[in-house]
Amino acid sequence: MAQVVYVVEDDISTDVIYPGRYMATVLPTETPQFAFVDDAAFNGKLKSRQIPPGSVLVAGSNFGCGSSREQAVSTLKGHELIIVARSVARIFMQNSINLGLRLIVAPGITAAVGDDLVIEEHRILNTTSGAVFPIEQLPRARQAIVEAGGLIAYTKRRMLDRPAV
Amino acid sequence: MGMTVVEKILARASGQAVVKAGDVLEPKVDLAMSHENAALVVNQFLEIYKDTGREARVWDPSRVAIIFDHRVPAESPKTATNQKKVREFVARHTISKFHDIRGDLGGICHQILPESGYVRPGAVVVGTDSHTTSHGALGAFAFGIGATEMASVWTLGYAVNIEVPATIKVVVNGTFPRLVGPKDLILYLIGKISSQGANFRVIEFHGDTIRHMSTSGRLVLCNMSVEAGATSGIVPADQETVAYIREEAGVTDALDLVQPDADAVYEQTMTIDVSALEPQTACPHTVDNVKPLGAVAGTRVHQIVIGSCTNGRLDDIEVAASLLRGKKVAQNTRMLVFPASGRIYQRALERGYLADLMRAGAVVMNPGCGPCLGVHEGALGDGEVALSTTNRNFKGRMGNPTGEVYLCSPAVAAASAVTGVITDPRKGA
Repeated sequence: MAQVVYVVEDDISTDVIYPGRYMATVLPTETPQFAFVDDAAFNGKLKSRQIPPGSVLVAGSNFGCGSSREQAVSTLKGHELIIVARSVARIFMQNSINLGLRLIVAPGITAAVGDDLVIEEHRILNTTSGAVFPIEQLPRARQAIVEAGGLIAYTKRRMLDRPAV
Repeated sequence: MGMTVVEKILARASGQAVVKAGDVLEPKVDLAMSHENAALVVNQFLEIYKDTGREARVWDPSRVAIIFDHRVPAESPKTATNQKKVREFVARHTISKFHDIRGDLGGICHQILPESGYVRPGAVVVGTDSHTTSHGALGAFAFGIGATEMASVWTLGYAVNIEVPATIKVVVNGTFPRLVGPKDLILYLIGKISSQGANFRVIEFHGDTIRHMSTSGRLVLCNMSVEAGATSGIVPADQETVAYIREEAGVTDALDLVQPDADAVYEQTMTIDVSALEPQTACPHTVDNVKPLGAVAGTRVHQIVIGSCTNGRLDDIEVAASLLRGKKVAQNTRMLVFPASGRIYQRALERGYLADLMRAGAVVMNPGCGPCLGVHEGALGDGEVALSTTNRNFKGRMGNPTGEVYLCSPAVAAASAVTGVITDPRKGA
């Protein structure tokens, strides 16, 4: 069971998730402090660790649109949030898979803050509302990266597969 | 069954005769571009090699480009130190396509790449910047990736597990009315298909209007294709592309003008006639919230911005100068102009455009990305409104979450600078 802690509308850009003015901060150990920083209430809860790891952020369509900045992914991963979105912009999806942020596309998802979700392989059950939402599988091309534990590990293996120069 | 331009490019880059949308490939990369975020790429690249016993080596330093543009000159010690680390990496790995903070060779990455001859038709270009889509203007398949994915490319020389995107064909016909142009066209298109209408897809541009359009205009279309979610925009290369690459970029090598097959398979085809197109604006806070200018004319504007990778080229500055020559920027409105590269800055200087703009009251800034994304100069005050030729108007984009950004063409921005309210340039400022 995972609890919904934040619900956002369609077209939430990486400028909202991680504003450009903090882009000089790049290390995944430092980016989490700026997650949704322009929403002082939610950012405050994240920073004071009132949001338990494994909590759910429910988003509308086109989540993560805009800039390719990877900080927008590492900042959410740093808080171990699970993202459930109606749809996700391409670069954000690739970055999430590459860095191992748990990202689930459920085209029909509706939920309110405080709802409890049971996330299964092919569906999400909102136990508060009783509704069930099918999950769309991530692009199969990216499964190997998920299975390797992220793109760093995947590339490391591919690099070691070739003869040393 | 025929192939689209991008399918042909990906087939060549992955050593296959035929590919189709949905296939998974590992295309060789012809050019890998980063800006200041190379600092993060370097970290991730070293992480890949950590504890492997292998020496960290960039697969081909001649195919890596690094251009400082987001925060130039550095706005903070943190940025300056990141830039210093990247400079050291560039020297150690003998990366030659490096553009430091300079008045001659510096500028915004999406202008530096084309004008330096780094992009060729048929190439696979990846960049750690979402507006890497720009380079489709030269007939390349160019798309944005994250820093970790770039570290993987630096290691392997190819992009791993890429799914061939489906293509939307957009056919554009007709002659633009006076003071209406490529920016109005792309805003109109994004408004039509929405901010996610092309997500995971390519937009391939065709038609008479495109054939007669300069490379500068094509860069505007491809640059903003990502605002419809597109993996890339692309204009199949033609004689205009050859002329640009030869004359502007000074390239003498043979060029392969990759064309789509006559029986290429498109997911969708759209036709647009621009003969009666009005100036367009993207209203706060999404790029697909597009309205004809008349719907927002008269809106009070505090900051006018002309520049960026979208509209900071010589023709953009020229039209702004022509509309502001002998006039004044309105009281209580400020106007910022930042050319897309040092080369463009110098030409605008030589032709007197910058003097025209400065006499009118505009502030001419050095080439860079800063104001567009609120990282370096040009931030909005609480509740202020900007009218900008840049590419995004998301909440907080110009450095203040209570500010509002409207997007428009250089002509609309210049006409509005004179009046201090959103103004139709055709009606005279």
